[in-house]
Amino acid sequence: MSVLVYIESKNSKPKKNSAEIISYGRGLADMLSSELIILSFNIENTDDLSNYGPDKILNIQNDELIRFNVKKYVDVITQVCSSLSVNHIVVGGSADSKYLAPPLSVKTDSSYISNVVGLPTTLDPFKLKRSTYSNKAFSDVIINNSKKIIGIYNNSFGTVEKKSNPELISFDVKVPDSLLNTDSVEYGSGNISIADADIVVSAGRGLKGPENWNIIEDLAKTLGAATACSKPVSDMGWRPHGEHVGQTGKPVATKLYIAIGISGAIQHLAGVSSSKVKVVINSDPEAPFFKAADYGIVGDAFDIIPRLNEKLKAFKASSN
Amino acid sequence: MKILVCISCVPETTSKINFVENDTQFDKNGIKFIINPNDEFGLTRAMWIKEKDNSSIDVINVGLEDSDPILRKTLAIGADKAIRINSNPRDSFQVAKLIADHISKNNYDLIIAGRESIDFNGNMVPGIISELIGINFVTNCVGLEIDGKKIKAKREIEGGTETLSCNLPVIIGGQKGLVEESDLKIPNMRGIMQARQKPLEVIEVDENNLKTETVKFYKPQEKGEIKMISSENLDELINLLHKEAKVI
Ligand SMILES: Cc1cc2nc3c(=O)[nH]c(=O)nc-3n(C[C@H](O)[C@H](O)[C@H](O)COP(=O)(O)OP(=O)(O)OC[C@H]3O[C@@H](n4cnc5c(N)ncnc54)[C@H](O)[C@@H]3O)c2cc1C
Ligand SMILES: Nc1ncnc2c1ncn2[C@@H]1O[C@H](COP(=O)(O)O)[C@@H](O)[C@H]1O
Repeated sequence: MSVLVYIESKNSKPKKNSAEIISYGRGLADMLSSELIILSFNIENTDDLSNYGPDKILNIQNDELIRFNVKKYVDVITQVCSSLSVNHIVVGGSADSKYLAPPLSVKTDSSYISNVVGLPTTLDPFKLKRSTYSNKAFSDVIINNSKKIIGIYNNSFGTVEKKSNPELISFDVKVPDSLLNTDSVEYGSGNISIADADIVVSAGRGLKGPENWNIIEDLAKTLGAATACSKPVSDMGWRPHGEHVGQTGKPVATKLYIAIGISGAIQHLAGVSSSKVKVVINSDPEAPFFKAADYGIVGDAFDIIPRLNEKLKAFKASSN
Repeated sequence: MKILVCISCVPETTSKINFVENDTQFDKNGIKFIINPNDEFGLTRAMWIKEKDNSSIDVINVGLEDSDPILRKTLAIGADKAIRINSNPRDSFQVAKLIADHISKNNYDLIIAGRESIDFNGNMVPGIISELIGINFVTNCVGLEIDGKKIKAKREIEGGTETLSCNLPVIIGGQKGLVEESDLKIPNMRGIMQARQKPLEVIEVDENNLKTETVKFYKPQEKGEIKMISSENLDELINLLHKEAKVI
């Protein structure tokens, strides 16, 4: 019986969250005394993957798997799991993994739990803690099925380095036809997606209008951060939908979340509360966001942000 | 066309979340329930199709009696028939299986669910249904065009959008973008009156064995004290983020 972690790739490289997913898989495999297998598609160089302790790596090179397709991916992962007698699958919290895990659970006869924030607290029964009620609560869930899929919440477990000497294995897959075709893909202008970012710089209605977002983008660029916004900002079309964070938008679970001119409505806070460190910049000292933040500055964003950006640039230059 | 919209009944977004019975049950006391926001976008999108081609819209919920006001609301918005499968929703597979069984008996062309419910946050139900009944599935859907038996769906992906096409039947996991916030249909007086005449069918089912079971809830730890920094001392913020929080 094995633990299999499925990791995604982008431009033939493992995605950033791979380190965390493999680390989790190692922890789980140790608890279960099983071997840990990494499954990936079309990665050019798998060397870095051995930093987190896999026993085996199965990197399938196949042109039909270059672009994500839910049907093809689910089918191929199922073939791998049944031939390697896998009964625990670990996936990340990305959009694609959340897309494929539910059908995969049916196809592999597993039970799937998403948003998991830690290793099982007991093995018998198999009990996991997950985030629920839009990050307003956690729950303990028991899986009564020998086959399981665990979807981990981004940045909730962290990475644990453990160098290993994995065996590279291969497997002949049959990629099925899919009746769901990808016609086109468009990438937005934002350089870093919220899901991939360690730092998110987010702004709200306090910015007054879309023409003022240059100061937010400049700050994000200095920090290597993704940009995000509150719901009214995307509703008004100041920023693209994909940037809306909160209970009804995207969840943010980054190391650092900087909220500028955002009041801190409960629906906004719910979506960003799992970020480790929150900085709030708001002209109103009574803004509710200050109650949920780690560091706060009361003041005018138009005065503070350009100055902060200059100082951060200097800091970055001196620390490099 | 025959459309089914899956409706999850969730606590209103500003609700304070509490638990009772030794933290094993959600405290419904004083909670107002609403249509799950992602499902509300889907229902309006379904109404647009109906307005164009006279499609019929069924809505379905797996839940107990307290879902009925929400189902009446969907009828007032314009759905033709509501179906409630009388079972306490405790596990995504249970919910998906019950809905899938209904779909298998009723040949829908288009099934619209939400990407995610704001209470369980599973991102699970539509994907499980798709595999149980063997139809195509597009989630994180931010645009849907129908042309005869074919659909084109836009899906939000990390950093962009992807356009997919397939034949009906299909199940969608919808979200904002499917329609805009300002497009959302709200019940008017006429709709509310008509809703009283529309069928709300309750289907009884046997309690099935659950593969997963939620046994305890926790509330997150209270936040520690905030550190306030003067706007004249931005160096201190940088210093704290670097040395204390170690995030830059
Ligand atoms: C069903 C539902 C779901 C929702 N889901 C979400 C969600 O997922 N995400 C979300 O974000 N919202 C959501 N909302 C909306 C939420 O309730 C708030 O309306 C919204 O978050 C407020 O956005 P804001 O903070 O940008 O704007 P405002 O509340 O208008 O706040 C603007 C802030 O900017 C400050 N400000 C003004 N000028 C300056 C300046 N020069 N410098 C610095 N600060 C300044 C003000 O003091 C104020 O605090 C939802 C609402 C509903 C009803
Ligand atoms: N109890 C339910 N009854 C009907 N539909 C549901 C129910 N629970 C979830 N759904 C549908 O499945 C979607 C995703 O829910 P979830 O998997 O809980 O995140 C929701 O947006 C609904 O469309």
